[in-house]
Amino acid sequence: MTQDNFSQNKSSFRTRAIHIGNEVDPATGAVVPPIHFATTFRQPGAGVWGEFDYSRSGNPTRSALQSTLASLEGGVGSLAFSTGMAAIHCVTMLLSPGDMILAGSDIYGGAYRLFHKICDRAGIGVTLVDFTDINAIAAAIRPETKLLWGETIGNPQMSILDLPKISQLAKDAGVLFGVDNTFGTPALLRPLEHGVDIVMHSATKYLGGHSDCLGGTLAVADRTLFDQLYFIQNATGAVLDPMSCFLLSRGIKTLDVRVRAQSETALQLAIWLQQHPRVSRVLYPGLEEHPGHSLAKQLMGEHFGGVLTFDFAGDKSQTATVCQSTKLFCLAVSLGAVESLIEQPATMSHASYAAADRIRFGITDGLIRLSVGLESFEDLRDDLQHAIDTVSF
Amino acid sequence: MMVMATDITPEKTTSVAQPAVQPAAPARPQGMSTQSVHAGELRQKAEGAISTPMFCASTFTFESTNALLRFVEGEDEREEYGRYGNPNERSVERKLAALEGAESAIVYSSGMAAIVGLLMSKLSAGDEIIFFDQCYHRSREFCAKHLARFGVITHQVKTGDFNAMEAAVNERTKMLVSESPTNPHLTCIDLEQFVAVGKSHGVETLIDATLATPFNLRPIDFGVDYVLHSATKYLGGHNDLLAGVICGSTEQLESVRNLRGILGSVNSPHNLYLLERGLKTFALRMERHNENGMRVAEFLESHPRVERVYYPGLKSHPSHQIAAAQMRGFGGLITFTVRDADWKETSRVVDSTQIARIAPSLGGVESLIEQPLVMSYYNCSPEDRKRFGISDNMIRLACGIENAEDLIADLDRALAQ
Repeated sequence: MTQDNFSQNKSSFRTRAIHIGNEVDPATGAVVPPIHFATTFRQPGAGVWGEFDYSRSGNPTRSALQSTLASLEGGVGSLAFSTGMAAIHCVTMLLSPGDMILAGSDIYGGAYRLFHKICDRAGIGVTLVDFTDINAIAAAIRPETKLLWGETIGNPQMSILDLPKISQLAKDAGVLFGVDNTFGTPALLRPLEHGVDIVMHSATKYLGGHSDCLGGTLAVADRTLFDQLYFIQNATGAVLDPMSCFLLSRGIKTLDVRVRAQSETALQLAIWLQQHPRVSRVLYPGLEEHPGHSLAKQLMGEHFGGVLTFDFAGDKSQTATVCQSTKLFCLAVSLGAVESLIEQPATMSHASYAAADRIRFGITDGLIRLSVGLESFEDLRDDLQHAIDTVSF
Repeated sequence: MMVMATDITPEKTTSVAQPAVQPAAPARPQGMSTQSVHAGELRQKAEGAISTPMFCASTFTFESTNALLRFVEGEDEREEYGRYGNPNERSVERKLAALEGAESAIVYSSGMAAIVGLLMSKLSAGDEIIFFDQCYHRSREFCAKHLARFGVITHQVKTGDFNAMEAAVNERTKMLVSESPTNPHLTCIDLEQFVAVGKSHGVETLIDATLATPFNLRPIDFGVDYVLHSATKYLGGHNDLLAGVICGSTEQLESVRNLRGILGSVNSPHNLYLLERGLKTFALRMERHNENGMRVAEFLESHPRVERVYYPGLKSHPSHQIAAAQMRGFGGLITFTVRDADWKETSRVVDSTQIARIAPSLGGVESLIEQPLVMSYYNCSPEDRKRFGISDNMIRLACGIENAEDLIADLDRALAQ
C-alpha cells in the first residue's frame, strides 16, 4: 500500500496512524518495515544519487516515521529530531541577527532558556507576552519580529491559544507562527489546519507514549518552509536515531486510542477533584469553568488531553507529601505516557522560577500537576484519595 | 574433584536489595488497564527509570564466591545465566501472570515453543493426550508425529464432544487440550464441562486461549490447569515480535521452567522488552479489537454477498451462548464465506481490500486478511478440507485497531468487486 493509492482524506486519523508510513516491505513482505541501522547507502553510480545516501541526510526508518507524521498533521512534510529541544532549535535557526522572537509568557522553561541564553548570542532577541491576549500580541509585533512562538495548551494554567486568530495576525504581519503542540497531540488538535506555519512536538511525550524514547518533530504545510528546515536539520545534524524512530512509529499506532482514553480519565478526575474538600481549584480545559473551555471545544472537539493541574489546600510540604504518597502515580517530570505521573511544579518543573514569578504565573505551593496514563479512573482516584489522607492537617 | 555443597556454607551477609514489586492488588481488584500498565513491574527500578531497562547481558556476575554460594544455596534470588532467566523475562512473566490471574507464567521464543516446552515436561512414554480436533494443526502435528516417536499416544475427538473425550480417557491419559475460541471457526468450549472431565479422571487440562486473551477469558478462573498463548498475537499486539507463554500454578510449572532452562527455548531481551511495552496498551487495544470485531461481524452478516459469518458475538454462531456466558468480549477475528463464489472470486475480495493486508497471524494493530484455502490449507486434499470445514469461499479477517468505519467501508468496496 503506498501513500498514493491509499487516500489520506478518506481514512480516519486512527487508520492512517497505523498504515501511512507503514508500507509493506517490498523485498520481504514484512508487515512491519525493517529498522535500518545502516549509516550509509550504496549509490547507483558515481555522482548518481539514490533516495538515501547518508543516514543524517535521510534514513528509511526515519522517512517512514516522517511520512506518518506528515499525514497525521496534514502537512507537506515532517522532520524527526533527537529531542523536542533540537526541533525548536532548528526553528530558531531560520532567524538571523537582529530578528526578534515574540513568545508566550508561559512557554516551557527549556524553550525560554534556548531563546534567552543561546539565541541571544546569535543576536536574536526575545519578547514575552501573554499569548491568550490577542491585542497584546498585536501590540508587541515589531518590524524585526520574525517568529511567533506559543504552546497550544499552556503549562500549568492549561491555557488555550486562539490559533485561527493568532495565525491571521501573523499572516497580516508577514511573520512565521510556530507552536509547541505537545499537550494537544495531533490526535486532538492539528494546528496546521488552523493556519499555523510550524507545529512542533516533544515526541518523548504522547507520540512515543511509553516513556522510553526521546524525540522531537516538526511539521509544516508549506513546501519552501519545509525545504529550509530540512536544510538546517541536515546541516546541523540533530536527527533521530533509527531505534527511536521505530519505537515512535510503534507508539503512534496506538496514539489515538491512548490519548482519547487518557482524556476521558482526566476529565473524570478533574470533575472528582473539583468537588474534593481539600482541592481549591482545578485547571483542565475540559471543564466548563475553564476560561479556555469553549475555544478548546472548538479546536479539539470532545477530548482535552491527559494533563491537568489543581491547587491542593495545603502548604508546600503537605503538597509534597501528597505527591510522594501515591502508589500508582509516579513522582516524575515529563508527561504523556501510559504510566500516570504526578509532580509539584513549585519544587520540580518550575523550581528555577523566581518566587515572584511563580506567583505571577499561578504556580502556587499547593499546585499539583497530573499526567494521566492508561490506568482506570477508579484506581487513580483511590490512589489520590489515599495520598491526600496521609497528610496531617 | 567436585566440592559438595554440604561442605561449605556461605557467610550471612546482607543480600542484594530486591525492590518491592508493584503493591499487591488492593481489596477492590485493579482495573485491567491499570494492571496492563503496572502489574508485575518493580515499583522502583534501577536508576529510578520509569520503564524496565533492557538487559542484553548473556551472563550475570557475582561479586564474590560467597555471593555465588548464597545463590546456589537458594538464599539469594537473582540471575545467573541468560538461558536460566533474565530481568526482562521476570518482569514480563509477572505481568502476564497477573493479567491471566495465574500464579506463574513462563515465556518462550514462540507459541509452539511454549506448548512443546509444557508437553515435553509433562508427558512420558506410554502417556496419552487428547485433543479437540479444531486445535491448531501444528500443535496436533507435534504430538501425533513427534511425541509419537517418544511413545506418547495422541487422540483427537470432535471439538466440544465431551462424551467422546470422556470415552477416550483411560488411566494413561495425562492431558486434555482445547482451544477456545478455535481457529478459524471460532468454536467456544464450555470450560466448566471441560474442567469437569479432567477433574473426574484426575487429568490435567490445557487451554490455548490465544484468540480470547485474558481480557476476554481467564480459563484459570474455571479451574483449567494451564493456559497457553501465542504472545505474538494480541499480547505483543504490534506484529513485531514472536513469543509464547504458559500460565499456571508455580508448583505445576516448576518442572516446565526447569526444562526450558535445559532446552533453551527462551526469548530475547529485546523481544521481552517489546512484549512488556506492547502489554501496556493491552486492555485499550482489546477494547478496540472487540468493538471492531463485533461491528464488522454485524456488517458482514447483513451484507447480501456474505453467505455465513463465524463470530461468537453473533447470535447466529453455534457457540454464542457459551461465549456470552464466559467471555467479556469476542476479539477481532472473524471468518466468513462469500455467497455463490468460487475460490477465485473469493480471492478477488481478499485482493481488493486496501486496509487489511494479506498475511497469516492476527492480533496486531494492523488488520490482516487471508483465504484459508490458499494460506494454511493449500496442501490439504479437498476431502480433508471438507472434513476440517474449510470451504473455497472462506475468508479469515483479523481486525486490527483501525476505525471500524474504515474497515467496513473497505470491505464494502471489496465485496462489490
